[in-house]
Amino acid sequence: MTSASAMRVAILQFPASNCDQDCVHALRVLGAKAKLVWHKDTHLGEVDAVIVPGGFSYGDALRCGAIARFSPVMQAVSRFADNGGLVLGICNGFQILCEAGLLPGALIRNRDLRFHCEQVFLKTANFETPFTSGIRRDGVPIRIPIAHGEGCYFADAPTLERLQARRQILWQYCDASGAVTEAANPNGSLLNIAGIANERFNVAGLMPHPDRAIEGILGTEDGRSILNSMIAALASRRTAAAA
Amino acid sequence: MKAKLVITPKKAVLDPQGKTVANALEHMGYAGVTGVRVGKYLEIDLAPGTSAADASKALNEAAQRFLSNPVIEDYRLEIVE
Repeated sequence: MTSASAMRVAILQFPASNCDQDCVHALRVLGAKAKLVWHKDTHLGEVDAVIVPGGFSYGDALRCGAIARFSPVMQAVSRFADNGGLVLGICNGFQILCEAGLLPGALIRNRDLRFHCEQVFLKTANFETPFTSGIRRDGVPIRIPIAHGEGCYFADAPTLERLQARRQILWQYCDASGAVTEAANPNGSLLNIAGIANERFNVAGLMPHPDRAIEGILGTEDGRSILNSMIAALASRRTAAAA
Repeated sequence: MKAKLVITPKKAVLDPQGKTVANALEHMGYAGVTGVRVGKYLEIDLAPGTSAADASKALNEAAQRFLSNPVIEDYRLEIVE
């Protein structure tokens, strides 16, 4: 259901994006308005948030996300993020945000050199963010699919220490009981990192796909709690702005 | 005139491809290989008469901004006639 007061979210579209329509569908199911924005566009228009979706932008030429980050639309996303706007990168979107320097670190080839397409469990490591506040807090991990060949998170030791100290790690791969173990790490990510935020907590990225975990028919609805967190954060910002 | 750019994963970065190649070399009986890093090689054609100094300056900048990712990679640039 959409209404005049629904949150407006821009979904970027690059050549070879392939989860743009999944994101549009997910947001509409959750009652938000989704608008596709082409990679050559220089402005985002009137939107409350941005999602950089999954796929293989520009064919992953050179490195995943390396070309996309210089696209006209990404310059608009950088300005939007600098002004405090909420930006979420999913899978290739996470890679693009890292390449753009909006998030620290990089995503490299999976440790086993294989493309992983499977359901994983995620432990939420910080609930006090616009991307996580609505996630269940009873210690039960959420279950979300991954589909990537280059999702191994890497950052140098000082960066990892900063991420931990500032609680910028949002999600870690874990087992069904919520334990963060080496066996539950699908791709070799350092500290089992599945997703992080920037220092201001207005930009986040994750390799798993909340957009593909919205309806029970696809096996899990746990992705709702991530996107709903974002929608709720936008609503409270609006209320604060109106007050 | 050309530029040659060699990009390799940093020492601290896990290179599973390099490790797989090193293992294969060992299985094939090539002794004495202690490590392999798999990287990228870019050959960049430059207009004739380009100044080597200008090309080097511009391509070093491009290598740092775009052609390599300094978080995970090192590069080596060479300008050749």
